[in-house]
Amino acid sequence: MDINFVIEKFALVTILFSISLVIAMYSTYAERKVAAFLQDRLGPDRAGPFGILQPLADGLKMFMKEEIIPSNASKWLFMVGPGLAMLCACIGTAVIPWGQDLNINGRVVPLQVTDINVGVLYLFGVVSLGVYGVMIGGWASNNKYSLLSAIRAASQNISYEVAMGLSIIALLLMTNTLSLKEIVAQQHGWHWNVIYQPLGFIIFMVCSFAETNRAPFDLPECETELIGGYHTEYSSMKLGFYLFAEYINMFVSSAVMATLYFGGYNYPWMDTVAGHVSPNVAALIGTVVLFAKIFAFIFFFMWVRWTIPRFRYDQLMNLGWKALIPLAIANIIITGIVIAVVNKF
Amino acid sequence: MESLSNKKKVLEQKPLNLAERMYLPAIVKGLGTTMSHFFKKSSTIRYPEQVREFSINWRGMHSLKRDEEGRERCTACGLCALSCPAEAITMIAAERKPEEKALYREEKYAAVYEINMLRCIFCGLCEEACPKEAIYLDGPIVPSDYLRKDFIYGKDKLVEAPLEAK
Amino acid sequence: MGTSVFYFVATLSIIFSLMVIFSKNPIHSVLYLILTFFTFTVHYVLLNAQFLAVVNFIVYMGAIMVLFLFVLMLLNLNKENEPNKSALVKILGVIAGGCLLVTLVGSFKAVSINSPLVLQNPNLGLVKNLGKELFGPFMLPFELSSILLLTAMVGAVLLTKKEEKANG
Repeated sequence: MDINFVIEKFALVTILFSISLVIAMYSTYAERKVAAFLQDRLGPDRAGPFGILQPLADGLKMFMKEEIIPSNASKWLFMVGPGLAMLCACIGTAVIPWGQDLNINGRVVPLQVTDINVGVLYLFGVVSLGVYGVMIGGWASNNKYSLLSAIRAASQNISYEVAMGLSIIALLLMTNTLSLKEIVAQQHGWHWNVIYQPLGFIIFMVCSFAETNRAPFDLPECETELIGGYHTEYSSMKLGFYLFAEYINMFVSSAVMATLYFGGYNYPWMDTVAGHVSPNVAALIGTVVLFAKIFAFIFFFMWVRWTIPRFRYDQLMNLGWKALIPLAIANIIITGIVIAVVNKF
Repeated sequence: MESLSNKKKVLEQKPLNLAERMYLPAIVKGLGTTMSHFFKKSSTIRYPEQVREFSINWRGMHSLKRDEEGRERCTACGLCALSCPAEAITMIAAERKPEEKALYREEKYAAVYEINMLRCIFCGLCEEACPKEAIYLDGPIVPSDYLRKDFIYGKDKLVEAPLEAK
Repeated sequence: MGTSVFYFVATLSIIFSLMVIFSKNPIHSVLYLILTFFTFTVHYVLLNAQFLAVVNFIVYMGAIMVLFLFVLMLLNLNKENEPNKSALVKILGVIAGGCLLVTLVGSFKAVSINSPLVLQNPNLGLVKNLGKELFGPFMLPFELSSILLLTAMVGAVLLTKKEEKANG
């Protein structure tokens, strides 16, 4: 095996992990700031200028807190839960193409950890695995509220996974590939998939809100009914892991939405820009554009959270099974017909 | 039952129509509302640095007043303690010595004057009862503390600062 | 290297599947089953059957096992409320298990290990090739199985529906 290859991948993985952790850290800060601005407040502004050191203070607090494991909890699983949640949140970044290939001293360095040809399905697998962190943690706490929350999380995730999968099938009919790299490459310039698949995008977005357990679908941690949900019994950094995993999930699903529907690192007039600068700089500009899109989505996630009240559980299930799934199936049929007609003529 | 005031409004509950059941228009409207607040000025007052002005009828911490020559007005008549519904005020009276004429206005003065801030309900009756206009509730919010004994305010905290020599 | 990875993962799958049977707590049992399925996914990857691997991952690990876990969490099984099984049931269980073992051993004996099956196309497991196979030569069985699944789904929905008369 080429030693450069190992170094390059190792560097990429390290960078990605640190980026996702930093973004998750600052998402907590951004969330509080956005919430404050939407409610005519100021938000945290004491730690450092404009409060930018707030995440560090929060992290320190999390580390310093006493660690409590309930005496009747299943200790081993109680510890596995948050770790699993964190792991599943982090490994999603592996298949996302973060930019065009770089050219360093004649070596082509792809800005993607691995381009497996079932990338989209891999993402699904990671998402569906993510629920185990919540389920195991909720069950191991030996608390009825945590258990109810774990069960809610499981049924919610499974229900919305179906609609999510169906909404993406319509997209795959168009792209003819499961590799994320190729899907992004097809959206060159402004040929973003969202233009051809607006309904599919809306369904996918609603489902990703549900999959990340974000408001208005944050029923697993709904305070008024379930105290703290699955992390009722958690304290210290284990709680921190759960909260962190939620923000990393938000980051990853924003990245997935930007990649699948909003052109990834592509932007209008990119060819004109690429004509004026060196290829490496052009690729990095693409990466910056991708991150801009991701931040826009993260902001949207927060904006929605502070706007829409939480759904009731039956409304959630009705929306998933009776609205989103039929819509997604209709979307597949329409897409199929249109593709067949276009291919015919 | 028939409403007597005719103010009762009967809300009509009809099933949602198709546009309403799609949720999206309402959600977009809601998002617009919150976004409009994003650009509004925040109404926060950064407390320790900025203090919000109290209203004119605000009743805060008590202060024992001095007259225009800087002498304490209180004559320890005990009317404030008597009028206090929470029994927060206690005092010990003393007779003024000739050399203390510059300190106390009346011949009798309060040697000890204590208000228990945990008992006080800030009703302002002491202020009304005082015949010498010696006590007013015109101070700030009573600060928090750790021990009960620290909430018993003596003359050191209550009496106004002496007039500055001109 | 491939063979050693195979033996390692195969050992793991056997250990985990034994743990499924031997763990006292049904929840632990299901969790071990999930791990077993995970090792199966690795086996599929080793066989270059990426699509099968990912689908096994999503469907078995991500969906079916979640439902298993879901049901077991609701049931709250533990030692105290485990029903006493009569000796007859135990004997019947042993006989049934023995029959399964004999059948399996017989079928393995029929497939001679000395002549392993070699695929003409090693990339058969990739999505495109698999799709072409499924919707080409195996069109009819594939569609029939989808009808079977649909029937099962309709049946399940029917079971959950309340009868109108019972509501009165």
